[in-house]
Amino acid sequence: MAKVLVVDDEPNIVLSLEFLMQQAGFEVITAEDGEAALAAVGDSTPDLVLLDISLPGISGFDVLEQLRGDPHHRRLPIIMLTAHGREVEREKGLALGADDYVTKPFSTQALVEKVKALLAEDA
Amino acid sequence: MRSEALVLTFAFGYLALLFVIAAWGDRRAEQGRSLIGSPTVYALSIAVYCTAWTFYGSVGRAAEFGPSFLLIYLGPTLAMLMGPLLIRKMVRIARSQRITSIADFISARYGKSSSLGALVAVIALIGITPYIALQLKAITLSHAVLVNYPEAADFRLADESFWNDKSFWVALVLAVFIILFGTRHLDASERHEGMVAAIAFESLIKLLAFVSVGVFVLFGLFQGPADLFGQVAADPALGDALGLGAVPGGATGWFGTLVLAFLAFLALPRQFQVLVVENVDERHLKRASWLFPLYLLAINLFVIPIAMAGLLLGGSNDPDSFVLTLPLAAGLDGIPLLVFIGGLSAATSMVIVETIALSTMVSNQLVMPLLLRSRRLHLSSQGELAGWLLGIRRVAIVLILLLGYLYHALIGDSYSLVTIGLVSFAAAAQFAPAMLIGLYWRGANRTGASLGLIAGFLVWAWTLLLPGFAQSGWLDDAFLHQGPWGLAWLKPYALLGLEGWDIYAHSLLWSLTANVGLLVGISLFTRQSPLEQTQAALFTEAMHPGLEHTPLWRGQTTRGELRSLLGRYLGASATARVLDNPGDARLDDSDPAPSELIARAEQALSGALGNASARVLINSVVRGEALDLESILSILDTTSQTLEYNRQLEQKSRELSRIGEELRAANERLRELDRLKDEFVAMVSHELRTPLTSIRAFAEILRDSDSLPDEKRVHFLDVVVKESQRLSRLIEEILDLARLESGRLTLHPQRLDLVALTRHSVDAVHRLQEDRGVALEVEIDLDEAPVVGDPDRLEQVIINLLDNAGKFADHDAPRVRLHLARHKAHFRLSVEDNGPGIAPDERERVFEKFHQIQRQGESAETVRGRPRGSGLGLPISRGIVAHLGGRLWVEDAPILKGACLVMELPSAPG
Repeated sequence: MAKVLVVDDEPNIVLSLEFLMQQAGFEVITAEDGEAALAAVGDSTPDLVLLDISLPGISGFDVLEQLRGDPHHRRLPIIMLTAHGREVEREKGLALGADDYVTKPFSTQALVEKVKALLAEDA
Repeated sequence: MRSEALVLTFAFGYLALLFVIAAWGDRRAEQGRSLIGSPTVYALSIAVYCTAWTFYGSVGRAAEFGPSFLLIYLGPTLAMLMGPLLIRKMVRIARSQRITSIADFISARYGKSSSLGALVAVIALIGITPYIALQLKAITLSHAVLVNYPEAADFRLADESFWNDKSFWVALVLAVFIILFGTRHLDASERHEGMVAAIAFESLIKLLAFVSVGVFVLFGLFQGPADLFGQVAADPALGDALGLGAVPGGATGWFGTLVLAFLAFLALPRQFQVLVVENVDERHLKRASWLFPLYLLAINLFVIPIAMAGLLLGGSNDPDSFVLTLPLAAGLDGIPLLVFIGGLSAATSMVIVETIALSTMVSNQLVMPLLLRSRRLHLSSQGELAGWLLGIRRVAIVLILLLGYLYHALIGDSYSLVTIGLVSFAAAAQFAPAMLIGLYWRGANRTGASLGLIAGFLVWAWTLLLPGFAQSGWLDDAFLHQGPWGLAWLKPYALLGLEGWDIYAHSLLWSLTANVGLLVGISLFTRQSPLEQTQAALFTEAMHPGLEHTPLWRGQTTRGELRSLLGRYLGASATARVLDNPGDARLDDSDPAPSELIARAEQALSGALGNASARVLINSVVRGEALDLESILSILDTTSQTLEYNRQLEQKSRELSRIGEELRAANERLRELDRLKDEFVAMVSHELRTPLTSIRAFAEILRDSDSLPDEKRVHFLDVVVKESQRLSRLIEEILDLARLESGRLTLHPQRLDLVALTRHSVDAVHRLQEDRGVALEVEIDLDEAPVVGDPDRLEQVIINLLDNAGKFADHDAPRVRLHLARHKAHFRLSVEDNGPGIAPDERERVFEKFHQIQRQGESAETVRGRPRGSGLGLPISRGIVAHLGGRLWVEDAPILKGACLVMELPSAPG
């Protein structure tokens, strides 16, 4: 069973994502800030990360950059989540190596489809 | 020891040394390594002001009239301090117009008038001759005292035949010396650099000699100043004689002497010579303006002590000779000889410069204009006239000194040294109005200046010169006491019934009144010739930039004609220097001369002959309207117009650049506001999207999942409701903020009790705080706290503060404390917590919009489980409090050691 890491500092958003991913048949682990996310990636080796950009402490971009700089996680599928709607941020996220970029509020169905597609591609 | 032979040897030795210095100075000048290119030498040469009159007479005057002698040095000090303004202008004019003397200066100012120049020269001759006599008298007298002491040096010149009179021989020796000294150059127009160097040297010698006597008197005859002053104080009569009360004529006397010295310092021919004509660099004035007053101070320092000592110890001697008799009485040989040389240096320096200045005037202003009128002489082209010029000057030197001797022999005995000096000062002061007013008032004209000078001179002669003759027995002195023909109002010392004045102040008042009155009055009612207009403009506008290179001539002549004219007056080599530029291609003498060449030729002639004669000569070879008057006047006018136009332009451009600066700043401000607005919009959208994300996600989950357990469904619906509330709150806050910032927030201020309101707010949050486990302490020291405010808004603020405190209090044992108390005319409500506190540099930033507080030592872990703020609560609270006339800030929590927010509101009036 594929493992999805959900990273966000809004408890209710984490709650909704956790429910959605479990419902789609994935194992879910969560983190509320960048450092916890990096630790979780190391410890639990998720198959995909849903990563919020505005996090307390190190930001989602920093997490992405660090993961992409690490040979073990270079190919780890990562979907960025953001409440910033600006195009520059989307470009920045994709340039840093995010696999997809989803703007909040998002369609739950579309998000689940994206996750499934990426995991299938990966497998 | 003090044999006649020894004294003469020293005297001639000293003169020989002077000559060597002068010759050296001249040679250095020829080699282009000027000896006098230093402001110090310039300042020392100005000290030619200190003559034998200073050297011997100051002590005499101090013994007789107390400290009034000082005024004679205060006047020049004043003039020198104004030097950078006044003298600089004179120097600049003298340079551009090649002025040779004060007579030349005044003649040039008033349209190069030869008659005015001649008038000045005659007055100078009559007025200054007594002064030269004074120097001769001082030399002879000091010599006699030195050789005959202790026998009284009382001698009557008139009793002796002139070949037995030493003054006569002194005059002759000096004449020979000055001829050798001052007329060495064929090119008479050049400066006398050697002479200036020698004069500066003489200034050093006389200062050295005088200071030596002073030191000897103070420390040799007495045990220092305290001893001397102590002895004087013991003798009341002596104290009075040296006090201020001894000054003749009281306050008017003081003032009169001061003005007299001020004017004479600028207008005495020898002062004009060293100050203006011999000045090599106008920047030298800067140092001279303090160095020369310092010199005067140094040479006057010992006058009073010497006078006191003389009155104490040698009361029977002539006070004018105290400087000599004091060391002589002590049995010394060396110092008296040094004093004699010092006095000699003071006298010779004056005689040398004065005679050179006067002889230049006599040749340029009196003799040359007469010679030029004789057409035969002028037209005879075979004569080399340069030699003539020097010859005239040499004869003039001899005559001037003989005239000085005659005055000395006939009248000199009846006056003290100082008295003769002041008579000459008063004569020289007559030149001052024409010179000084002419420098600043363009309207002063030749007729006015001439009549003013004549009137001033006549009054001077009547009030000072003729009484001198009368007192010497050469005139019946009845007119002194009864007035001429019994007319009492014409009495020389009490003109128009003005009695009881110091005679010099009296003479100065009337002569200057007549002089200035006629100069101004006549000038107002008569016209200037075009040449006068030009010269007046050139003088008054001398500091005007751009005047120097104005072409003055537009007449027609050839190089050859100019060459033959100049050759006759200046000699071939000087002519070549003027006419042939090394850079020029070889030009034929039959070529027309360009206008600047004609101007150069006139200047060169002016330097040798004076400007009036130079003009006559140039006119004789130039055809057509020689001087381009109109263009000069129009240049002056247009330059001043251009200056004004430039000034306006500059002002405009300054204004423009200021406006540009303001625009740039405004633009910068707008850009900044725009950036802030973008940021705000981004922040708002981010804050709105966050709850919206949860709402949409859970709404879709509830829609798509049919088989949700009930508890989950209720939980999710609860989240949707809470997030919707959060969204509404956020929108409210954003609207509040917008209203606050645009000033459209509607408050309903009313008188209310802050105590009751606070209790009400506490009740409202109490439940919530309790749920979160926050311990809330409330301490209110008042029964009532009347303030004016909007109750709903104030409650909003208090709740926001309590809410924030609860959020940021210590995680494990959260405590919040509210304290309300009076502080002067205000009430202060503070809310503190036991959390980590806010770092000092964050304390203002928490009031910025959307500023999410990062408290010290806080990690995501500690924030978990608590609702996040929007970052708008504090900015809104601060805005509301400010609207109500209060303040809101962060400080250290006094009790709980966390953060403390303080709200201060003014208490309601009445």
